[in-house]
Amino acid sequence: MRKLINAPEDVVSDALRGMAAAHPSLRVDAATGVVVRADAPRRGKVALVSGGGSGHEPLHAGFVGPGMLDAACAGEVFTSPTPDRILAATMAVDGGAGVLHVVKNYTGDVLNFRLAAELAEDEGIEVAAVVVADDVAVEDSTYTAGRRGTGGTLFVEKIAGAAAEAGAPLAEVAAVAADVAGRCRSFGVALAPCTVPAAGTPTFELAADEIELGIGIHGEPGRERAKARPAAEIVDAALTAIDDDLPVAGQDVLVLVNGMGGTPLLEQYIAYAAAAGGLAARGATVVRSLVGPYVTSLEMAGLMITVCRTSGALTGLWDAPADTPALRAGAR
Amino acid sequence: MTALDVPAWIARAAERIAADADRLTRLDAAIGDGDHGHNLRRGFAAAAAALPGDGPPGRALIAAGRALVAQTGGASGPLYGTALRRAGKALGDAPEADAAGLAAALRAALDGVRELGGAAEGDKTMVDALAPAVAAYTEAVENGATLAAAATAAASAAERGAEATVPLRARKGRASYLGDRSVGHPDPGAASTALLLRALADTAGEEP
Repeated sequence: MRKLINAPEDVVSDALRGMAAAHPSLRVDAATGVVVRADAPRRGKVALVSGGGSGHEPLHAGFVGPGMLDAACAGEVFTSPTPDRILAATMAVDGGAGVLHVVKNYTGDVLNFRLAAELAEDEGIEVAAVVVADDVAVEDSTYTAGRRGTGGTLFVEKIAGAAAEAGAPLAEVAAVAADVAGRCRSFGVALAPCTVPAAGTPTFELAADEIELGIGIHGEPGRERAKARPAAEIVDAALTAIDDDLPVAGQDVLVLVNGMGGTPLLEQYIAYAAAAGGLAARGATVVRSLVGPYVTSLEMAGLMITVCRTSGALTGLWDAPADTPALRAGAR
Repeated sequence: MTALDVPAWIARAAERIAADADRLTRLDAAIGDGDHGHNLRRGFAAAAAALPGDGPPGRALIAAGRALVAQTGGASGPLYGTALRRAGKALGDAPEADAAGLAAALRAALDGVRELGGAAEGDKTMVDALAPAVAAYTEAVENGATLAAAATAAASAAERGAEATVPLRARKGRASYLGDRSVGHPDPGAASTALLLRALADTAGEEP
């Protein structure tokens, strides 16, 4: 294992100390993994808290700041944070107007956030939760744990964060978050696996001419192994899976072409060209787009496409100012 | 032995999990995200460290369960933590965990895991090891077996249950994302449950 780390057991705390040093706009507790915007708690503002396993950077701590998250809670690599830490993040940012938990749909995240919400309510803090489950590679049925939360999380955090910043009450912020989550669909492809530092070996092995279709963001293999193919065909397969699930014809859409961590921006733009063309060919109008590594899976090579069927009001919230380490928007 | 030494069981469980952490993680890498053994090693080390010096065994289980929830993360922390806390609550303030008390405790642990995780037998989860273990233990005790003999029956049932997850298609947890590709691998959660019950049987079988 060749990694730019000091010791496998220190990767999360070492990275958080780096974030603290690089971004004075954040208050970072490297020991507990809790990252809070420096001006929290904001009196009377609904606070957004998200979190999950580490290894998806910049998600979630990179999205802490005005217009997005008030706090993020980082667990071990690919491991949900524990309830006491989520509670600490929740208490640190509650400004009296309640807290929205943005939770990606994984069994561990859902269980730990649910326990944390109960603890917060014991402390007199009103908590609402939105569970993001946007990955169409997983059947949403009683035969699975449900769809995974992936790239759609970014849209939920940005748009609901803007609603909260504008002064919306908790019920409305939660409704906006649920609305956005319901409008997002994602599909991911891996060209190479990743290595969890504590494990030391790749999460799966691929031959030189193979790819994985339908991956998540935890280094897990996908639904199907397939032969490598040109970017245009990979993107077309992803768009077809998304469009089959939530048709895009006649819709205004926000698009994220997301690098998984080990894929160069050059290739992400090659994919975006195919995505823009493919969406236009399917009758969608791309109103806003984002290209880059935003929701990653360590050094996995590959990409994920997320499409959000937007509305005028939601696009307005997408355009609203945000000032976080990893995403800035709007004139301030 | 007529009662289980609960702190000795938790300490032994922590040792077994630590010794097998790499194997559990390899099982998890095949159909999950490759962290099960390492997370449980951290969690059970915390559980063993949280054991009170004395007091009723139910309290020890509750303390261990709380530590698991607080220190493990992932899904296995809340699930195993809830299992131990529910088992501890079932024992209440009884001065010792006798054969009948342990039956109620194991049943409560299974109910807690089912309730929180929503899994049923056959979903390829820890329930596939825990449910047959609880059934085997209960049946043995009802037939007049000693605690040690019943615990051995439970451990063997858990190991068979874990092995029987190999041909199953996962319906809960991260392995469910793989669909048919989860077939042919044992479930790591069922494997760790089997380890915990073998540790219980070995503890119960020791001369007092």
